Amino acid sequence: MKVTEKDMENVAVLSRLSIPEGEKGKYTQQLNEFLDYVDNLSGVPTENIQPMAHVLPIKNVFREDVVKPSLDRELALSNAPLKEDGYFKVPKIIED
Amino acid sequence: MRLYEQPAHVLHDMLVNKEITSVELTKDVLARIDEVEGDVKAYLTITRDEALKQAAAVDEKIGRGESISFLEGIPGAIKDNICTKGVKTTCASKILEHFVPPYDATVTEKIQAEHPVILGKTNMDEFAMGGSTENSAYHPTCNPWNTQCVPGGSSGGSAAAVAAGTAIWALGSDTGGSIRQPASFCGVVGMKPTYGRVSRYGLVAYASSLDQIGPIARDVTDCAHLLNIIAGHDEHDSTSSAVAVPDFTKSLVADVKGLKVGIPKEFFVKGMDADVEKTVRAAVKQLEALGAEIVDISLPHTEYAISSYYLIAPAEAATNLERYDGVSYGERVDGSGIVEMMTNTRSAKFGEEVKRRIMIGNYALSAGYYDAYYLKALKVRRLVKEDYDKAFEKVDVIVAPTAPTPAFKIGEMISDPLKMYLQDVCTVPLNLAGLPGISVPCGYSSSHMPIGLQIIGKALDEATVLRAAYTYEQSQTFSKEMPELGGKKA
Repeated sequence: MKVTEKDMENVAVLSRLSIPEGEKGKYTQQLNEFLDYVDNLSGVPTENIQPMAHVLPIKNVFREDVVKPSLDRELALSNAPLKEDGYFKVPKIIED
Repeated sequence: MRLYEQPAHVLHDMLVNKEITSVELTKDVLARIDEVEGDVKAYLTITRDEALKQAAAVDEKIGRGESISFLEGIPGAIKDNICTKGVKTTCASKILEHFVPPYDATVTEKIQAEHPVILGKTNMDEFAMGGSTENSAYHPTCNPWNTQCVPGGSSGGSAAAVAAGTAIWALGSDTGGSIRQPASFCGVVGMKPTYGRVSRYGLVAYASSLDQIGPIARDVTDCAHLLNIIAGHDEHDSTSSAVAVPDFTKSLVADVKGLKVGIPKEFFVKGMDADVEKTVRAAVKQLEALGAEIVDISLPHTEYAISSYYLIAPAEAATNLERYDGVSYGERVDGSGIVEMMTNTRSAKFGEEVKRRIMIGNYALSAGYYDAYYLKALKVRRLVKEDYDKAFEKVDVIVAPTAPTPAFKIGEMISDPLKMYLQDVCTVPLNLAGLPGISVPCGYSSSHMPIGLQIIGKALDEATVLRAAYTYEQSQTFSKEMPELGGKKA
């Protein structure tokens, strides 16, 4: 087993997910099976191959820095779970 | 014959010739929805009143003697991961259950500019993660050819609606086969354009370097018209191509004489369904009889494409889906601090497959594993693409099955994610390489489920793909056939 339940818990924390106690075994087993499955890549020689993050021959795409109309504040806030005075409202971030 | 059975190009002519009105047509398709939607469940949202209003406006315009565009007054549907201003866009996820986009996706804007009738938003695998539409947080969609079977996915709702006659046309999205595989399963035409050909602005991101929006239609002619409408550069998507868009209807020419068609041996893999192999090989013979030159080719890294894809796509998804944090839009489940609130929200509102892919992605990206998994996958991605570059030095298009099997039974694979991932074996290489591909109906399995022929082209050469697809389609009648549903032959 490459991944332990402890590793799985760490990945869940990184992902801002909590796995119910009863399902940790299942997720761990599935991740291990997945890693075994993709292990066929390790046999592919890639010493001098550049990684390809996307297929396009573009790097940075620039435009003139001009102000254009953007989404109205009320509209931008229209799907907010909680808002106040034109801002998104969230639970306390910094503890006392 | 009912109106819903006709493709858009036939209905367009009927509207122009005043043989029908858009309201008559829209009512017929809405009646079809009343008849079969309970069995198919292709939609998440149906905008009935708005559809009838749009239809009436088109009829008024025709009444005033004004000319109409191709799609004008013709009812269609949009996959629920494409933003529609003022109309709920859920991605079939509970986390976006009440999300009403304050803007239109670029493709929505382009489609709306044609004044079609929009019937609603179609079902899908949650966040487009899946190949069966069973991962919808709301309900599975059923295959109109056999409602015990899946319609494929993730654009299963769009493909099922077009097949069932509950939409004349639809938009889907394709990250690893999500347009082509459901088109194959449902016996309709579906095209993934070249990466960059169609703007992704307003498409809810799954894996940004692989996602592409495309048409799902009754036939190749409708597909070409739809691609004409949605293609083109967009300043809101810096990855959209600035290369000029040709008129794709010019490709609707039945001629493949001298066209070099590559047959990759790696796509006829062991474990492939015998009916699929037989049917696709017969279609290749047909292309040869029509004058195409068949060339055996090799794409040696095909067997690694699935592994590369299933590391890259979840890695990008893990990053893209960080935005569902309960702050600016989407659902929120309260917690004592912000981290707990975010964790509670995501844990309660994401489905199992989405969570699985987020965690695979974060694992593959995390310190200590990044080189072995994510970086390795990106290197193999280049090798997959180079296979195609080499092949296209010798051939004009590549022909292969769209999916290794016909539609499978609902529930058959849902508990085995790895088996489900194998469904994408014939489609993911194109997403990795950014190439265009179409699925065209080419026959049936022994249990009369549709089978699709995949035609793959060079980057930005959708024109040749469409010509090959059109030529093949004109030589048989599969695209004209509709499923029996509710005991009634269409």
